[in-house]
Amino acid sequence: MTSEAETKAEAARTRSAWLLSAPALVVLLFAASGPLLIVLAYSFLTPGQYGNVIWEWDLNGWIGILFTKDIFDGTWGLADAHMTIFWRSVKLSLMTTAITFLVGFPTAWFIATRPPAQRAFWLFLITIPFWTNLLIRTVAINEVIRNEGLLNTSLIWLGVISEPIRIIYTDTAVLIGMAYVYLPLMVLPLYAAIDRFDMRLLEAGYDLYASRIRVLRRVILPIVKPGIVAGSILVFVPSLGAYVTPRVLGGGKNMMIGNFIELQFGQGRNWPLGAALSMTLLVVVMVALLVYVRAANKEGNPHG
Amino acid sequence: MPETTIAVEARNAVKTFGQGAVAVTALDNVSVKIKQGEFFTLLGPSGCGKTTLLRLIAGFETPTSGQILLDGDDITNLPPNKRAVNTVFQSYALFPHLTVAQNIGFGLEMQDRPRAEIKDTVARMLALVQLEPMADRKTSQLSGGQQQRVALARALAPTPKVLLLDEPLSALDLKLRKEMQIELKRLQQETGITFVFVTHDQEEALTMSDRIAVMSAGLIQQVGPPRDIYTRPANRFVASFIGETNFLAGISDGARVKLGNGAMLDVVAPRGPVGLAIRPEQVRVVAVDTAGAILATVASTVYFGTDTHVHVTLSDGTEIVARQQSPATGGVEMQKGAAVGVVLAQDALQVMGD
Amino acid sequence: MADRSFEVARLPGFKFIAISAFVLLYLPIITLVVFSFNSGQSVALWEGFSFDWYGKAWANEAVKGATIRSLIIAASASAIATTVATMAALGTTRRKAFKGQTFIYVMINQPLMVPEIVTAVALLIFFASIKVATGYNGLIYLVIAHAAFCIPFAYLPIRARLEGMDLTLETAAADLYASHWQAFRYVTLPLMLPGIIAGAMLAFVISLDDVVITEFVKSGGQDTLPTYMLGQMRRAVTPEVNAISTVLLALTVVMLTAFFVLTRKKD
Repeated sequence: MTSEAETKAEAARTRSAWLLSAPALVVLLFAASGPLLIVLAYSFLTPGQYGNVIWEWDLNGWIGILFTKDIFDGTWGLADAHMTIFWRSVKLSLMTTAITFLVGFPTAWFIATRPPAQRAFWLFLITIPFWTNLLIRTVAINEVIRNEGLLNTSLIWLGVISEPIRIIYTDTAVLIGMAYVYLPLMVLPLYAAIDRFDMRLLEAGYDLYASRIRVLRRVILPIVKPGIVAGSILVFVPSLGAYVTPRVLGGGKNMMIGNFIELQFGQGRNWPLGAALSMTLLVVVMVALLVYVRAANKEGNPHG
Repeated sequence: MPETTIAVEARNAVKTFGQGAVAVTALDNVSVKIKQGEFFTLLGPSGCGKTTLLRLIAGFETPTSGQILLDGDDITNLPPNKRAVNTVFQSYALFPHLTVAQNIGFGLEMQDRPRAEIKDTVARMLALVQLEPMADRKTSQLSGGQQQRVALARALAPTPKVLLLDEPLSALDLKLRKEMQIELKRLQQETGITFVFVTHDQEEALTMSDRIAVMSAGLIQQVGPPRDIYTRPANRFVASFIGETNFLAGISDGARVKLGNGAMLDVVAPRGPVGLAIRPEQVRVVAVDTAGAILATVASTVYFGTDTHVHVTLSDGTEIVARQQSPATGGVEMQKGAAVGVVLAQDALQVMGD
Repeated sequence: MADRSFEVARLPGFKFIAISAFVLLYLPIITLVVFSFNSGQSVALWEGFSFDWYGKAWANEAVKGATIRSLIIAASASAIATTVATMAALGTTRRKAFKGQTFIYVMINQPLMVPEIVTAVALLIFFASIKVATGYNGLIYLVIAHAAFCIPFAYLPIRARLEGMDLTLETAAADLYASHWQAFRYVTLPLMLPGIIAGAMLAFVISLDDVVITEFVKSGGQDTLPTYMLGQMRRAVTPEVNAISTVLLALTVVMLTAFFVLTRKKD
C-alpha cells in the first residue's frame, strides 16, 4: 500500500545506523581491520635487508613457514625448527585446554551447585582473575615457580629438596602459566552451560540405576557438551596465539608461534615470513571461532 | 485370594528439613503398608508430606528416623540407583540428548542387561504406550501427552517392584488428563506393578485408586478404598478435603443428638458437644409439612445441569447444602425465602472427631 | 543431626578439585601482593614489612613516566572508544534489521576475535610506514591503537543498557512535545548513562592492562607500566615489580567493582 513510504523509511533507518556507526568503523578500519590487509600484502613481498620489505612479489614468506633453504647447497628441506615451534604451540595449547577442562569442570559444577545466594560470590571469585591483567597473573605465577621463587624457597626451607627444582624457562612452566591464566575462560562458559542444566535429570539418572560416574558420562557431559566446546575454544584460541606467558615463563628458547612471529619482525628480519605466519594463525583461529559460534548456537537451541 | 504381600512399607517415618528454629517437619511419624499390585494414592494439599514420602521411597531423601521397607527388606539407606523402584517425574525429566527409544532403554542399559533384551523390552514398551512410530524422535519433538507416555515407558521398562508417580498428570490439559487416567489404570492392570501415585486432585484419586491415603500436615489422616474415604471420612479434614460436606453442631445424650435448632437426630455418639457431617446428596429438601423433616428456609439454588444445589438455612442460622437431581420438567421450584423441610439420611450421618 | 540424604548433584572429588582450584588461583596473586610489602630484596623470603618498594618505584623516573603515559593513553583511548561506541550502540540497537548490520557487528567485535599478536604485527607494519613518512612519533599511535581494541568492550555494556531500556519513555517524551534532540538529551542519554560509564571503565581497564599491542606499537621511550614490567622480567625480579602490579591490581579491582555495581540488574 504505502510501499514507497516504507522503502524510504527503511533507507533512512539504514542510513542513520551507518552514520552513527561510522566513527567507530573508521577507528577500527584504521587501527584494527585495515592493517590486517597490509599484513596479507606483506606476506607476498621480499624481505628487506634490515627488516621491512622490498616491493617485489615473492612467495618465500609462505613457503618459509614449512620449508627452509640450505645455506650451502641451496636445496629445500622441511624447516625442523619451525616444526618444533608449531608442534610445541599446538601441544601446549591442547594440554592447556585439557588441564583447564579437568580443573574447570569440577569448579564450574561446584559453583553451579551452591545455594543460589552463594553462587554470585563464587562467580565473582572467578571473575576477578578473569579481568585482572594477564601480565600481572603471569608475573604472579612466575614468582611462585622461579628458582628462587616461593615454591622452591619453601621446599628448601622445609628440607624436602636441597637444590631448587628448575621449572622456569621450560615447556612445563609455560604450560602451568597458561593453564593458570586461562582457567577462568574455561570456567565461565562451563558454568553458563551447567547453570542451564536441569538438575532434575540427575534424579532421573539415579532413579534408572546409573552410578555417579555413569550419570556424569551419560547424562551430564553429553548435555553440557556445547559449553565444553565453547570453553575449550575460548582457552585454545588465546593459548595458540599466546605471547606474554611464553615470553615470561618460557625464556628465549621455549618459543610459541606468537614469539616466533615477533622474532621475524625483530632479529629475524623476515617480515614476509612473519606476515605469512600471522595470517596462518589468523585463519586457524577464525576456523576455531566458527566452530565456537556453531556450538554456541546449538546450545541456545539444543534440538533445532 | 492368598494373603496379600506388602510391597512397600514406611515404619514410623519422620522427615525434618532444616535444623533448630527453622526446622520443618514434613513427615511426622508416618506408617503405611502398600500391598503388592495395588494402585495406591497419596492424596493431600501441597505441603502435606505426600511428595516427601514418595521421595523417601525413591531414595532421594533419607528419613530423619524410621524405616522404609521394600518387599520386606530394609532399604532405608540404599541410594536411589540401587532400589528396584522407578519414578515418573512431575516434570517427566526426559533426557533431551536421547531419542525416545534411548530414553526408554536407559534404565536397562544402566543395569547392564544384554543388548538383545534391551531391544526387545524397548519395543514392547513402545507398543505398550503406543509410541512405536516415535522411537527415533528426540523427546523435545513430542507433545505433552506423548512425553508423559515416554516417561511412563521409561520407568516401567526395568520392571520395577514399585512404580512411583509424582503428580504426573498435572501438566496436562483436562481432556488429556482424563485420557491418561484411563491409560494409567490400564497400564497398571496390564503390568500388575504396584503403583504409588501422588496427587492433590481428589477426583483423580477417587477414580483411579484401589486405596487412598489422605495426608495433611505430615500425617496420614485416613487410609482406605475410595468409597470408604468418601462415605466414612475419619475426621473433619478428610470430610472437607474430599467432596463437599455439611457440618452440623449438636449435643449428644449418648443415644440421640440435639441440633442447635432443637431438632433431634437418632445418632449414637459420646455424650457432650458433638460434630456431625453429611454429604449434600444425602440431604433431601421436601415439602414443609413432611413428617420428621427439619424446618428450613431456602437461601439460594444453584443450577449445575444434572444437579441442583439448594442452600437452606436452619432456624439457628446453620447453613446446609442439599444436592438433588434437577427436575426434568415442572419440578418443585424452590423460591428464595420459601419454607421447606429437610430430611437427613440418618445412616449417612458421620460423627466427627476433629 | 546431619542430613544423610542422597545428594544428587554430588560428584566424587569435584568439591576437592574446585576448592583447590580457588586456592591455586588466588595463592600466587596474594603472594604477589604480600611481597610488595617486603623490606628485603626477595619475592619469596619474608624479611619484614615496609612500603620501601612503593617509594623506590615512584622515585624511579622510568616508572613515573610509564605511569603517567599509561594513564594518559588509557584516559584518551577510553574517551574516544566510549564516544564512538555510544554512537554505534545508538545506531545498531532498538531498530529493525538493516542492510550491513552483520558487517558492523563483525567489525566492532573484530578485536575480540583476532589474536592480539596478529593485530600487534599489523599495527607495527602500518604505523612504521606512517612514522617514516611523517616523521612523527608521538603517543597518538598508541592512543588510536588502544581506542580500536577498546571499542567492543565499551560497546557491549552500552548496548546491553540500551536494549534493556523502555522504548515507550521516548515515545512519551515525543508525546510531550519534545523534539528528537530534546528526547535524546533529556530522556535517552540520562537513562543510558550508567551503561556509558560502565563501558568507559571497562575500556579504561582494558587499555591500562594492554601489553602486546603496546609493545609492538610504541616508539623508543614510550613504555607504559605493563611494557615496563615486561622489560624488567628478564632481570632479577625485585619487589618493585610486585609494588607496580599491586597498584595496577588495586586499580582494576576498584574499577571492576564499580562496573558491577553500575551494571547490576535492579529487580
